[in-house]
Amino acid sequence: MARKIRKPAVRKQGASSGARPQRRMVVLVATRKGAWLYHGDAARKTWRADGPHFLGHVISQVALDPRDGRTLLAAAKTGHLGPTIFRSTDLGRTWKEAAQPPAFAKAPDGQTGRAVDHTFWLTPSRAMDRDVWYAGTSPQGLFRSGDGGVTWEPFSSINDDPQFRKWMGTVQDGTPDGPKLHSIIVDPRDSRHFYFAMSGGGVHESVDGGRTWALLLKGLDVVEGFDKAQPSFHDPHCIRICPSNPDRLYQQSHCGIYRLDRPSDTWERIGKNMPERVGDIGFPMVVHPRDADTAWVFPMNGTTVWPRTSPEGKPAVYATRNAGKTWQRLDAGLPAKEAWWTVKRQAMTADASDPVGLYFGTTSGDLWMSRDEGRRWACIARHLPEIYSVEAAEL
Amino acid sequence: MKVLIPSALRSYTELGEAEASGATLAAVLADLDRTYPGIRFRMIDEQDRIRRHIRIFINGEQVRDLSQPLDATDEVIIMQALSGG
Repeated sequence: MARKIRKPAVRKQGASSGARPQRRMVVLVATRKGAWLYHGDAARKTWRADGPHFLGHVISQVALDPRDGRTLLAAAKTGHLGPTIFRSTDLGRTWKEAAQPPAFAKAPDGQTGRAVDHTFWLTPSRAMDRDVWYAGTSPQGLFRSGDGGVTWEPFSSINDDPQFRKWMGTVQDGTPDGPKLHSIIVDPRDSRHFYFAMSGGGVHESVDGGRTWALLLKGLDVVEGFDKAQPSFHDPHCIRICPSNPDRLYQQSHCGIYRLDRPSDTWERIGKNMPERVGDIGFPMVVHPRDADTAWVFPMNGTTVWPRTSPEGKPAVYATRNAGKTWQRLDAGLPAKEAWWTVKRQAMTADASDPVGLYFGTTSGDLWMSRDEGRRWACIARHLPEIYSVEAAEL
Repeated sequence: MKVLIPSALRSYTELGEAEASGATLAAVLADLDRTYPGIRFRMIDEQDRIRRHIRIFINGEQVRDLSQPLDATDEVIIMQALSGG
């Protein structure tokens, strides 16, 4: 049903020498003009670039299936063409297009239906739910694949639910390149327990496999003057669940940094403990793989006309080691001044090594990493297109 | 009939020209998709609308309706419209 793409891989940087490491790191970088894979050695010191894949395509995300360590999904579109999903079962040596990419149901005659502009977010289900993936789209839609990403179907009833459609608003109500459904989270203890978020449209939870959904908005702020009770005015940017404590979630929103400890349904604004001159506005949210008290954010300037640059042109990661009571600035190795970029919501991540490696990609196309949980940063690739997503995995 | 393919879609067809048949534009595009799976959805969305940056011409005239009747001798040209940087 689908085509194969013959693409010669480009190798630009020298591979590490010596014995083959036992475990390798791969960093998956999705950009506005294609995708790159960076293969690292076990020490995460040398990196080999594999790319560009899909040069010229807008790639929202490249995700590795953690259940087999080989299958990649890439969410793609181009300026001219409609959206699709490419799939590789050999770590990007060859790609095949999904036979049935995410698409909304055809509207009844006389009604105006929606069309997927791009798939924005990809989430593999739990370790035991082999071949199950979820996708969030722009405009907001929720989709599921049960065959490893080959075919996709609308998931639950939210795509056509009148109440959800009202909360989703129109394309004009969304972020500059379209309203998005993102942060799809499957509880690792229970495949019927889901969270997802919409920009705009708020945070939603289901405990019955997506049959019914409840709002999770208590404690969240909205832009001054708007009604907090209206889901449409809530703009969560990124939500992450803690692998070491799935009852804890962290959220970076348009209006602050929050923590939620279940069974409570009230978010606590832990960003109020950030330095006032930096603020607590940003896109990404990163959690520690083994310590639920540790999380990282990348603040941006959210004042006046929302420049969405590093505050004062001085980029920095901020970390908390005590669940948000205090924050520590981590900028060693980053530009000290005159750096007017920022980091988008999917473009910052952590690996599972000890100490944890952190990675982020900038809107100006640089890829940065830290081997020591943010204490020291180094740039491992420059001059890429605008980076949309960064993921890291051990092979 | 002859269908001219823009560069953005030649990853499907390899060549700039393809053969397809059908009594309407919709039927021709469906036939094209049978030969080159996936190509139609890149041009036509799930509501059967021609995508924003795709243009289709029949014998030099732009067509917006997929129900447009076609003759076997007609020439279909698919073009990629201007799309930003």
